[in-house]
Amino acid sequence: MRWFLQQNYAPYDGDDSFLASATERTKRIWKKLTDMFVEERKKGVLDVSLIPSSITAHAPGYIDKENEVTVGLQTDAPLKRAIMPNGGWRMVLSSLKTYGYEAPQSVVDAFTKYRKTHNDGVFDAYTADIRACRSSHILTGLPDAYGRGRIIGDYRRVALYGVAGLIKEKEREKAALDAEMSTESIIRDREELSEQIRALKELQEMAKNYGFDISGPARNAKEAVQWLYFAYLAAVKEQNGAAMSLGRTSTFLDIYFERDLKEGTLTESQAQEIIDDFVIKLRIVRFLRTPEYDELFAGDPTWVTESIAGMGDDGRPLVTKTSFRFLHTLYNLGPAPEPNLTIWYSPRLPDNFRRFAAKIAIDTSALQFESDSLMRGAWGDDGAIACCVSPMVVGKQMQFFGARANLAKCLLYAINGGRDEITGEQVGPKVEPVKGDYLDFEDVAGKFERMMGWLAGVYVNAMNVIHYMHDKYSYERIEMALHDYAPVRTMAFGIAGLSVVADSLSAIRYARVKVIRDESGVVVDYQTEGDFPKFGNNDNRVDQLAATVVSMFMNKLRKHPTYRNAIHTQSVLTITSNVVYGKNTGHTPDGRRKGEPFAPGANPMHGRDSHGIMASAASVSKIPYRDAQDGISLTATMVPMGLGRTSGEQLENLVGLLDAFFGTTGYHANVNVLNREMLLDAMEHPEKYPALTIRVSGYAVNFVRLTREQQMDVINRTFHGMA
Amino acid sequence: MELKSSHLEIPLIGSPFDLRLSLSERIGETDIRSAMDSGEWGFVHSFQTGSGVDGPGVRIAAWLSSCQFRCVFCHNPDTWKLTNGMPVPLSRAVEVVAQYRHSLRTMKGGLTISGGEPLIQHRFVLKLSAAVQKLGVHTAIETNGYFGERLSDDDLASIDLVMLGLKAITPELHHEITGMDHKPVHKFARRLAARKRPVWIRFVIVPGFTDDMDEVGRMADFAAELGNVERVEVLPFHQLGRYKWEKLGMDYKLRDAEPPSQEKIDQVLARFRAAGLNVV
Repeated sequence: MRWFLQQNYAPYDGDDSFLASATERTKRIWKKLTDMFVEERKKGVLDVSLIPSSITAHAPGYIDKENEVTVGLQTDAPLKRAIMPNGGWRMVLSSLKTYGYEAPQSVVDAFTKYRKTHNDGVFDAYTADIRACRSSHILTGLPDAYGRGRIIGDYRRVALYGVAGLIKEKEREKAALDAEMSTESIIRDREELSEQIRALKELQEMAKNYGFDISGPARNAKEAVQWLYFAYLAAVKEQNGAAMSLGRTSTFLDIYFERDLKEGTLTESQAQEIIDDFVIKLRIVRFLRTPEYDELFAGDPTWVTESIAGMGDDGRPLVTKTSFRFLHTLYNLGPAPEPNLTIWYSPRLPDNFRRFAAKIAIDTSALQFESDSLMRGAWGDDGAIACCVSPMVVGKQMQFFGARANLAKCLLYAINGGRDEITGEQVGPKVEPVKGDYLDFEDVAGKFERMMGWLAGVYVNAMNVIHYMHDKYSYERIEMALHDYAPVRTMAFGIAGLSVVADSLSAIRYARVKVIRDESGVVVDYQTEGDFPKFGNNDNRVDQLAATVVSMFMNKLRKHPTYRNAIHTQSVLTITSNVVYGKNTGHTPDGRRKGEPFAPGANPMHGRDSHGIMASAASVSKIPYRDAQDGISLTATMVPMGLGRTSGEQLENLVGLLDAFFGTTGYHANVNVLNREMLLDAMEHPEKYPALTIRVSGYAVNFVRLTREQQMDVINRTFHGMA
Repeated sequence: MELKSSHLEIPLIGSPFDLRLSLSERIGETDIRSAMDSGEWGFVHSFQTGSGVDGPGVRIAAWLSSCQFRCVFCHNPDTWKLTNGMPVPLSRAVEVVAQYRHSLRTMKGGLTISGGEPLIQHRFVLKLSAAVQKLGVHTAIETNGYFGERLSDDDLASIDLVMLGLKAITPELHHEITGMDHKPVHKFARRLAARKRPVWIRFVIVPGFTDDMDEVGRMADFAAELGNVERVEVLPFHQLGRYKWEKLGMDYKLRDAEPPSQEKIDQVLARFRAAGLNVV
């Protein structure tokens, strides 16, 4: 695949003037859907299909059969959500109840009497420790009741080779295993390969139902997009994964577009129309989820992440005209959170492309930027982002996703000898709590390190159980069919509350922190006397505390063996769950009050990064990528007026900021260019801002679909350049 | 010098929109005088990284405390008093800027020293500018120009750009707005023109004071005649500083003033443009 791409793609360093606007057809289809979105927002979900979903479970569905360029829907109608009980029956039941639906008896029987789900399996094997950590929320968001997601099939392969060719290859891989002794892992591999082959055949059948024979390779651009989309569609028909990312498709597809344009069989307007239509399909991917899930991951995200641009190992930028066409959908169709368009940014990308991307970021706040040099250095030049910030080599690598551990709470456990600061219960190991009225840095740091060691053990334990069961009961057949045999596996741990921990440790070290105990002896509050350096101001005294905590926790995780020998990785990312983590965490020594949200991802705490965006980004850049290879998330919100006096200067200055950030060790930047007043107005008058898109810790959301609490969290975040 | 080395441990503090008071109140008069004489210490109200509106590119902006003007529309009246700033050793200030020097180059930015009125602490300003310029950082000052004569022609070489805040042209109006004479300011403007030093002019549209089109016209013609003005920035008056006047218990003449209308702003921009100036 990579070889095909490198041999055939045509880098483009021109500007955006070649782009075509949306055709009347595109506008009509989009209008039809936009009207349906209003209804959907009112009801929560538009409709639900009660047939347990699979690649072929639903009859073909259309938005407007005669006028669609690319066809295929998850169910038989647009925005109609499917149930996918293999991940967990309880989640299905609870979501149906929320929206007033009832499952047919036959389905209830199937998943309660005859078939076990991933969720059942996990709870059969959880330890008492894991359960306690789950209830106390020191571990939150574990994918034990829903699809783990974050696996990217190499959907391009279907277009390039055709399904028949892929089946043949999988059969060959399976036959090769006949020579191996049937150990547990070989048996599992054989069974998985059989499932993969079955899924590929179903994919072929699903396409046939839509009237396409995709057994052979795609012959032109339109087919290439259709073939690729069918493959992706099969995945989202079967898996309700936390993130269902697309991969890195634009430059691959460009090869087909270039050929058709050269041969004169396609015009620019038709080319844009194909991409617009494809993106429309990606925008209406839907999953049925529970309110609790929405609390963690706000705004109904699907993380259809598409990775765009980046540099090739040979020094040529991977920017093509189709990279522009993808970005241009944000103008043609208006801003939207999905697909999650992600620029692999390098200061070496062509000037025209960097300017165009910056312009779109300013106009729509719908882009995120990630460091090409860091990710390429670690994983090569054919990687893609799953979800928000997790890089992987497409088709050659997958990850076991694992939510995150609440390190701020872990620090409080260290202070309280393993007792929970809210319930008073003994959750962690019973060890000596801090003594005396004032916290001593050496004492707390030592206790914290030991508590992190315990937490890391429980965490790896939980993840091993979860992914064993997910493979067993909810295996991603089609996505894995589009991987090489025995791909690299990573186990992606995560941490939340990093800036709270760093600032708390800094307060203990540089100020005087007095503890306040309740009658049972649990420290429930802190009085901090004096000032202390705060994370986000490019001050090494505290920034190094943050970096050390990340590396230390990573090393503790590495001590424990993982399921299928996955490589341990870690992210500093919270998505929107920083609100929930904060809600479940007591007062902290940095002065944060009980229940207050954490900062998202690796961000400094709200309002404490008082020296502007360069200082703030410099602090975050000190977190070593080698110990956070699943990504480090920074959300930067800028006020347009602070970025420059004219729109031209705003654009140049944003390019400058990105060049400087990614020219050093910056990993990720979510860029919002917004006015606080506009957000406040949108809270009061959501009807005026149906398409207002903002970036939160790794993905974009529709602002008016957030809860009030989450909206306030966004508004309270630091706005840079309040001029 | 009596100033304690412990000050080295104090991080330089934040946004200009935060009210800052009495940060160096306990420092004696002799120490202040010796700091001013040597330029080895500066009194800094606040500083920000990543500003896109304080000169070319993306910059670090440092606001020094103390000002001799008493502008009626001032949005940071807490910068008027020297001791509302924090004493910062020159070496520390240079060190902070040096950390960002590569990024500043990438962003076609630099350091802007503003205030307050920076030239009240002209020795500190010159030493800081010269030091960071040597590191390849573009330097700018934003000044009201009143103490322009304190800078020798040689001194001007260490300042790549002067952003001159012209409050008013009409002498009476200038006095009414600032409480000070306009002559030294205009003299400095002319001297910079004679020396062909790059200048940006900043002009604030203050309702009831400088929104009169005759005044605007005279300002535009004055700026145009200078010949060295690369750019004019027209800044509409805003009310972000009102809370500071209130907290300081000071009489704020513009308490109820409304920011100028877009129509007025466009009219003013057009007038500057008509004089042949590059205006934003």
